[in-house]
Amino acid sequence: MAHIFNEANFQAEVLSSSSPVLVDFWAEWCGPCRVMGPIVEEIASETDESKLKVGKLNVDENMHLSTEYRILSIPTMLVFKDGKPVDTIVGSMSKQDLLAKLAPYLA
Amino acid sequence: MRDVIIIGSGPAGWTAAIYAARADLKPLVFEGHEPGGQLMTTTEVENFPGFEHGIQGPDLMQVMRKQAARFGTEIISNMVDSLKQIDGGFEVVSKGEAYQAKTVILSTGATARRLGLDNEKRLYGHGVSACATCDGFFFKGKNVIIVGGGDSAMEESSFLTRFADRVYLMHRRGEFRASKIMQERVRNNQKIEIVLNTEVTDILGADHVEGVVLKDTVSGEIREMKIDGVFAAIGHEPNVALVKGLIDLDEKGYVKTVPGTSKTNIEGLFACGDVQDSRYRQAVTAAGSGCMAALDAEKFLSH
Repeated sequence: MAHIFNEANFQAEVLSSSSPVLVDFWAEWCGPCRVMGPIVEEIASETDESKLKVGKLNVDENMHLSTEYRILSIPTMLVFKDGKPVDTIVGSMSKQDLLAKLAPYLA
Repeated sequence: MRDVIIIGSGPAGWTAAIYAARADLKPLVFEGHEPGGQLMTTTEVENFPGFEHGIQGPDLMQVMRKQAARFGTEIISNMVDSLKQIDGGFEVVSKGEAYQAKTVILSTGATARRLGLDNEKRLYGHGVSACATCDGFFFKGKNVIIVGGGDSAMEESSFLTRFADRVYLMHRRGEFRASKIMQERVRNNQKIEIVLNTEVTDILGADHVEGVVLKDTVSGEIREMKIDGVFAAIGHEPNVALVKGLIDLDEKGYVKTVPGTSKTNIEGLFACGDVQDSRYRQAVTAAGSGCMAALDAEKFLSH
């Protein structure tokens, strides 16, 4: 299962995480996000969390974080490493394409 | 060799799949990189018959997909990289794997046109957006530009005023081609400012959109303008890359079909939906033509 990140747990779960974290910024009303949702879930269940932690963040409920990380389009996925965003992936894509972009973290 | 491969997963593709599956042709659908097609970026669909109170575009596509799956449609969530004729049918290659079928139904749809600026690509997702319904939310209290002159530009500018302080509706010509009623709606909206005879020639900003360069298409005068977001609603391009050189296209670049059928100039290759329709481009006409393609394929296979 993908983690559910929010403003209350973001520090502990994402910024202080010992492994890199993929955060999927999404919303209920965004069609392409709903395409990516199941793909993110699949990757979460197939990925060893010590390599990459995978979770979702609802932009409606966490507007401060969306603003802080300058999210201007969804779906956007950020990869956090040592508390900092190191990679940005924008738009919907196939599972294979997303896995290819995440390859450096999954090796 | 299978009977039918369907390329594309909008209303045309799923309707073709429903009909083909019910005819026991065991269709294989390649969903492509924009599964569900253009309806995935719309909100309320109010003109699809059978949904009295409307339905959300993504929800409509999800039930069509389920309906196709229920009758035994096989689904692969990848892009098709190539399509060629082989003895007795066609070969499709996706992610290095080859699939053969006696018939192919092409329902690859159309994709929103971009402005075609270098900085547009660089700032995509950072203030440049191709989806007002997805991204309008992030422009609360900000100023945005929407480029276009048709009905979708009118509709999206009205939608964006829910969030943005000010929406500049820009068109390179002196008048809109949108329908009267849509133009009226825009003109009556206090938050929308109409800017005619103006072209966006560049987008500025280091890591997010900060401004644009505008050109007056009459006087040729160049000016800069501060802005937070740039949306484009300047029409669509048919997704024909896969069949270029293989089948005949019309003068607008859409796949040519024999009028009243889904037949292309290649035997066994059928086309439906927006990839062959520059005129109606509706979910329901796409679905209708998807049905035609499945029936045409079925008839072809029975000979």
